[in-house]
Amino acid sequence: MSGNVLRGAPPHAGSTAYINARIIDPTADSEYTGAVLISDGKIADYGPNLFASGAPYGIESVDCRGLYLAPGLVDARVHTGEPGEEHKETLDSAAVAAAVGGITSMVLLPDNEPPFDDASLIEFVARRARQIRLVNMYAYGALTAGLEGKELAEMGLLAEAGALAFTDADHAVGNAQVMRRALYYAKAFDALIVHLPQEPTLSGGQMSSGEMATRLGLSGSPPLAEVMMVERDIRLVEMTGGRLHLAKISTGESVEVIAAAKARGLKITCDTAAPYFALNDLAVGDYRTFGKLVPPLRSEKDRMAIIDGLKSGVIDAIVSDHRPQDQDSKRVPFAQAEPGGIGLETLLPISLELVHNGHLSLPRLFQRLSSTPARLFALPGGKLAKGAPADLILFDANYAWKIDRADFWSKTKNSPFDERPTQGRVMATIVAGRTIYRDEAFVNAVTAA
Amino acid sequence: MPRLPHLLGIEGLSPETISGLLDLSESYIAQNRSIDKRRDVLAGRTVINLFFENSTRTRTSFEVAAKRLGADVINMDVATSSVRKGETLLDTAMTLNAMRPDAIVVRHAESGAVNLLSQKVNCTVINAGDGQHEHPTQALLDALTIRRRRGQLQGLLVAICGDIMHSRVARSNIHLLNIMGARVRVVGPPTLMPTDIDRMGVEVHYNMKSGLKDVDIVMMLRLQTERMQGSFVPSISEYFRFFGLDHEKLKVAKPDALIMHPGPMNRGVEIDSEVADDLDRSVIHEQVEMGVAVRMACLEALIGGRRNAMGAVA
Repeated sequence: MSGNVLRGAPPHAGSTAYINARIIDPTADSEYTGAVLISDGKIADYGPNLFASGAPYGIESVDCRGLYLAPGLVDARVHTGEPGEEHKETLDSAAVAAAVGGITSMVLLPDNEPPFDDASLIEFVARRARQIRLVNMYAYGALTAGLEGKELAEMGLLAEAGALAFTDADHAVGNAQVMRRALYYAKAFDALIVHLPQEPTLSGGQMSSGEMATRLGLSGSPPLAEVMMVERDIRLVEMTGGRLHLAKISTGESVEVIAAAKARGLKITCDTAAPYFALNDLAVGDYRTFGKLVPPLRSEKDRMAIIDGLKSGVIDAIVSDHRPQDQDSKRVPFAQAEPGGIGLETLLPISLELVHNGHLSLPRLFQRLSSTPARLFALPGGKLAKGAPADLILFDANYAWKIDRADFWSKTKNSPFDERPTQGRVMATIVAGRTIYRDEAFVNAVTAA
Repeated sequence: MPRLPHLLGIEGLSPETISGLLDLSESYIAQNRSIDKRRDVLAGRTVINLFFENSTRTRTSFEVAAKRLGADVINMDVATSSVRKGETLLDTAMTLNAMRPDAIVVRHAESGAVNLLSQKVNCTVINAGDGQHEHPTQALLDALTIRRRRGQLQGLLVAICGDIMHSRVARSNIHLLNIMGARVRVVGPPTLMPTDIDRMGVEVHYNMKSGLKDVDIVMMLRLQTERMQGSFVPSISEYFRFFGLDHEKLKVAKPDALIMHPGPMNRGVEIDSEVADDLDRSVIHEQVEMGVAVRMACLEALIGGRRNAMGAVA
């Protein structure tokens, strides 16, 4: 993508007014034309009437020319290769890709080498984030030591070091006793547990079970491997009173079961990742390893059910599930290929399809992308509020372009959305008032003004 | 018949292409039975048999076929090749490709590996079996065997029995028989049936009695214990009792029903020796003979013909 990542800028000081913007306020569930005033990196004021009679003298002002201005995306599921597999992605290259994609905060999964089951690794991420100084970077702590699903990780120490929540990433905790204890123990720290619900003994297949898997001669993981684990987890939450967030919901049956649990008043939330509402298992036809994901892409019926879950709010949040893989990991026979796809740079346009197709309003979409994940992980950004950090994006919702892996800023190119025609593009990304990314199209617009 | 770039599977082939290949195969049967078995249709061509999975019979069949057409044949024995030294599938493919063969015949244990390889080379690729996906020349030789015995495939009722889940032979045969207008049943224990197999245009039966009723053709499959992770059937003896083919179970089929098996057979597992060796019913050895003719036809159709000055095959 043609744009500039702006690294050197000093912290935002003084005041900047963004005028003539189409403002999306997810928490107020509203959208209007207006302005936002930023002072010293924080949102000082905003609204439809602010600077309605023209920009004030004496402060910097940016004419947004009708572009959308919204809270930056809060992506709760990002994997990078640092530490361990820096050839796939570093924290720096991931931060750049996030800036380009309009993600102002991201939470890093703990499944690195070494895994984040030690407080020093959480501190390492915080230190690297301060050095890179682009987007906000946070980290999960491991739920179990070595992500092995056997012994609890040092949740208290990890939380003290800054771990936002606890998860074993793409490893499901198969042992119910371990999960029960984790949910109990986490209560001492009011910690949130994030779990990928997949019954391990049923989810060893190469793709989702069904006609496509049968035709391709690939072993299948049945969709029920997910709902079985969702049901187990719900019972454990009921018993322990722990806080649980289920990750990457991919089947309609799971949505139904979670809806019922929420209706009973249980403290359960969930997310899905962009591929599960935008793709189905046809995407792995012809053995396309870029479509090999965890959980596997499901049927069209499940895809539609995930969209319904996003509409109804049963699914609280959308994540990118960014997982870089290099050519050596993907250009091999399907069964040998590593799972995962990159998603930081495509999260916004793919999610905007939900708006373009009439499923969600823009404020509702930004609840799923920004304000709700920020609330779940107790992050300060992701919303419009006086005093909140000025983590914002400007975007053109209708900008039509074709996703091309050659254009990614990520170190690896394994996007399941490669070659997809799409609409919507980030024009500027602002973190704590500082513009860290600007598209060339927007630079020209500003100059022309 | 339009020239195909590769032969990766039966799925997607037209009935005309299949009939054309079978017609061409017919012409080689007599040649193979005569004293002078050699023609020079592929003189000057190089065929590499690249087998990542052991297979004496298929590799030999391809080798005999290519040699009888005058091609130079190289067998890549993977056990002694650099694949064991960590070279990737694609490195191997590109290395062989650089030696400018006209065709590479590939067998691999992973579904889709042959498709992947075909994308990276600029010679013809023939799939000699990839994982649980396809084994197109096996389906063609089965079709040729049936057609010679029954005149045509259209309207026949065929039962494919046993380990459907792990079988590329079953998948290729299901495609081919459906394309040619035969009716297909799959018969076996539910644990060895792939999900939604009925959507491939087959009737599913879980017992031999209903599955074999009135069928014209019985295709037995080998129980592929080497591909099984975990227990799919309780024991070999139980499997044989309920799903092994013997004269008793065969009674419900048409009296002249043919018995086929892609080999190698597990006698006493999926097939009783008496049935396998029944000269009136079993065409298992004929299948092997047809295999050479079919592979000759495929090689000729894919890489035969004269090259023009630009190196392209006319």
